[in-house]
Amino acid sequence: MTIFREPDYGTPKRTSSEMVTLVIDGDRVTVPAGTSVMRAAELAGNRIPKLCATDSLEPFGSCRLCLVEIEGRRGYPASCTTPVEAGMVVRTQSAKLAELRRGVMELYISDHPLDCLTCSANGNCELQDMAGVVGLREVRYGMDGRNHFDKHSAVAPDTSNPYFTYDPAKCIVCNRCVRACEETQGTFALTISGRGFDSRVAAGTNQPFLESECVSCGACVQACPTATLMEKSVIRMGQAEKSVITTCAYCGVGCSFKAEVKGNEVVRMVPHKDGKANMGHSCVKGRFAWGYATHPDRITTPMIRASIDEPWQKVSWEEAINHAASEFRRIQAKHGRGAVGGITSSRCTNEETYLVQKLVRAAFGNNNVDTCARVCHSPTGYGLKQTLGESAGTQTFESVLQADVVMVIGANPTEGHPVFGSLLKRRLREGAKLIVVDPRTIELVKTPHVQADYHLKLMPGTNVAIANALAHVIVTEGLVNEAYVAERCEDAAFRQWKAFVARPENSPEATAAITGVPAEAVRGAARLYAGAGNGAIYYGLGVTEHSQGSTMVMAIANLAMVTGNVGRMGVGVNPLRGQNNVQGSCDMGSFPHELPGYRHVSDSTTRHLFESAWGVSIDPEPGLRIPNMFEAALDGSFLGLYIEGEDIAQSDPNTQHVESALRAMECVVVQDIFLNETAKYAHVFLPGASFLEKDGTFTNAERRISRVRKVMPPLAGLADWEVTCALAKALGYPMDYAHPSEIMDEIARLTPTFHGVSYDKIDALGSIQWPCNEEAPEGTPIMHVDHFVRGKGRFMLTAYVPTDERANRRYPLLLTTGRILSQYNVGAQTRRTANIVWHAEDRLEIHPHDAEERGIKDGDWVGVASRAGETVLRATVTGRVQPGVVYTTFHFPESGANVITTDNSDWATNCPEYKVTAVQVVPVSQPSEWQQRHRDFAARQQAYLQGRRDAEKTAAERGKVDA
Amino acid sequence: MDIDNLVRMANRIGDYFAAYPDRTEAETSIAKHLAMYWTPQMRHELLACIARGDDLHGLHALVSDAVKKHLARPEQAGTA
Repeated sequence: MTIFREPDYGTPKRTSSEMVTLVIDGDRVTVPAGTSVMRAAELAGNRIPKLCATDSLEPFGSCRLCLVEIEGRRGYPASCTTPVEAGMVVRTQSAKLAELRRGVMELYISDHPLDCLTCSANGNCELQDMAGVVGLREVRYGMDGRNHFDKHSAVAPDTSNPYFTYDPAKCIVCNRCVRACEETQGTFALTISGRGFDSRVAAGTNQPFLESECVSCGACVQACPTATLMEKSVIRMGQAEKSVITTCAYCGVGCSFKAEVKGNEVVRMVPHKDGKANMGHSCVKGRFAWGYATHPDRITTPMIRASIDEPWQKVSWEEAINHAASEFRRIQAKHGRGAVGGITSSRCTNEETYLVQKLVRAAFGNNNVDTCARVCHSPTGYGLKQTLGESAGTQTFESVLQADVVMVIGANPTEGHPVFGSLLKRRLREGAKLIVVDPRTIELVKTPHVQADYHLKLMPGTNVAIANALAHVIVTEGLVNEAYVAERCEDAAFRQWKAFVARPENSPEATAAITGVPAEAVRGAARLYAGAGNGAIYYGLGVTEHSQGSTMVMAIANLAMVTGNVGRMGVGVNPLRGQNNVQGSCDMGSFPHELPGYRHVSDSTTRHLFESAWGVSIDPEPGLRIPNMFEAALDGSFLGLYIEGEDIAQSDPNTQHVESALRAMECVVVQDIFLNETAKYAHVFLPGASFLEKDGTFTNAERRISRVRKVMPPLAGLADWEVTCALAKALGYPMDYAHPSEIMDEIARLTPTFHGVSYDKIDALGSIQWPCNEEAPEGTPIMHVDHFVRGKGRFMLTAYVPTDERANRRYPLLLTTGRILSQYNVGAQTRRTANIVWHAEDRLEIHPHDAEERGIKDGDWVGVASRAGETVLRATVTGRVQPGVVYTTFHFPESGANVITTDNSDWATNCPEYKVTAVQVVPVSQPSEWQQRHRDFAARQQAYLQGRRDAEKTAAERGKVDA
Repeated sequence: MDIDNLVRMANRIGDYFAAYPDRTEAETSIAKHLAMYWTPQMRHELLACIARGDDLHGLHALVSDAVKKHLARPEQAGTA
């Protein structure tokens, strides 16, 4: 395998119903109208030299290298900025063109260092390539240009960004980086400052990159044709030798990447241009923050211990697996079949989560399996199934490019789903309208060239009241899409819902007192969403992580149905999934009540299908959910837990409750790449493999199944699917697979929406959006096209039931939580990368008014107390939050954000109410009691691990001496 | 499991379905939800609490009625 470089057609693809035929170098070429001459020539196999053009960016016409001759036209037009015309006759090569191009190159090179042999772009430099292509043999202007590398004229490279450098000496001022920052990323952090020889790329206001508003997405680095912007890893290691296409292991966008490697070592990650989720773009996490995979904290040998107050013992895989199996069997023999269970993770592949739920149902013999989607998007699964008939988003990401109005509810795409955020911003710059429903002023509300038409800045916990008010306006102002509803939805349910939302208590005027949002803004937003053409709703955990999360998901589906906004491009109900494989882990039957494909365990036909395939009988009753497991652990009926890739001790609410439950268990088995917070309570540690070390698939938020491909061997010797198979075998239930593709084949056999999925087909198509079966052999980008999956769409009533968690005299502020661009979830991965330069601690955002009232200044330590617990953070005083609301992230365990969150949860799914906690905030001078306890406990656990490591080191040194 | 917590969860389910004007529909929906998503043990403990009758721990009447009418025979629950 060698490095795979996608062809570059110079200018973006155009789509048009009108086709244009022209002649290029004597050959007839037919392309869509609007296509550039450059692209048409490239498609015809005649490459035109270029420097400022690349097909991810709009044509710019500055380098003058792509000049062509066109019959009947004077001069030599730039082929990148010249659109094709019918009958046009183009020559891409002639003696005159060659002379002109050499002249242009000569000028470029006269002002470029000629250190090619020691340059980091050597082997992958477009300037070098073009010099070769045009046959440059001499530079008549001498080599004294001011940008040359002699000491007195060179400007020192900017190395402030941890991942890439900016060396102005190598810059040819092609503007590709500036345009990538604008067009691809939408941040507008870069510009060209100065004129003529003084022209330079400038970040922010001529600041170092790190201090500017640059978000380090790397689009500029990718666009740069020279070594001006270059990955530090390439500077250090040199160009890679081969590339492997795989899928990012961070958020639910599921970006496709080329992992460029030397041997078993990653040199850099480059977003794959043909990746349909990301279309060649990425964020700082996916492109740069992969170093955790080889971090020294990785644990690569299995370990066991009798109690959590003992040091770890390093053992063989066999011993660890047999110990875990015998403990699970011992507990079951003593306390019953239901006394053990398993937790899968959205960080695992589909195949891995499928195997864990299979192990629980077949080898443990119960349905006590759950996944971390319990604490994020379980209300999406419930709410969309009830209303539309399928527990998944309705669209493909590209759909947003046809939206006329976008409503973003409880999501922060530019931080949480940055690549989708960039796509959305692009559509907004093209003129689509924007409604933001969020308690905070997120970036989308006002960012360069984007401004929300409405920001409904509601109080946390009042989503449903807002949704009902929007629906009220739609039904009382005659904005219902009557024809759509009559054809596509259940009539009786619609009439009942219509009467419900039309009630006076649901009017914007009545709900304003609850939500804090002025009625006129709600009315305006409703009119805009219902009347602007294609209306698309995107939502995130700000919708689901509430006591009324499921109600709100149903309220969103109601809004989409009543306006006819489901079933075509540009519209839809789009949950932005938090982690890479939230959709997939849910699809794979990780919930205790459902078998793969969202089929209830009580459905005897489905159960018998799996029973006959697996050769066991399956319990027809639902098992324990994660919070139920904790309760059962505390009452002594649940004592053994197998956790793959999840960190419940940090990510789940009410940390002290979770810690007590973990302490109460007799056998906690953690399979992970690091000793995470949960592993500190474990009795068996099974080393996991990072996404770079295994094969499998992830399914992103648009139901897209993409391959994860192994680029290095598992550091601990086994991939996670092999570990689960070994555990099942030790439990007396062998699961024999030679490769994860065989697991997918089994999933496809047993799951109607996956019948057509196979690794071969994914390889052929690049990725597949389920359902993929006999009816849709190549997958389903848009769901519910002619009818809803459940037949008729069902409107559900969505009465606003206030959460029990309300501000009062003791706890007068409402805490809401969220994420930040540079860190990911519990931070286990990103904290172990240079991303900490952007976010080295979780902070508490507090409004200046609330801060002043309490005597809190920016940067002060503040105690945050709720009825669940207390922690201490540093304050950031900001108007992003409204008075009465405070906000924090949960990326660092020592912050203890979840020490404060309560066990309040969604009525339908028990998804925790992370987004609303009543708190008090006061200035303090020392960490909270929990933090001091946590610090001591963490230090002790680290010592238990370190003791083991020291022993290993001593043994190794002794071995050396003996040798 | 902690009966207060079970009652709290059951009441929240009841709060949602209370919006349905047809009480029978609300009751059957509550019972169906409990059958589909609660373990038999959790249902059993709620039923036992109702059967004892001396202290319902604040269980709402709508939920209590739903459970009594539609979930009284736990061996049939879960077949929704």
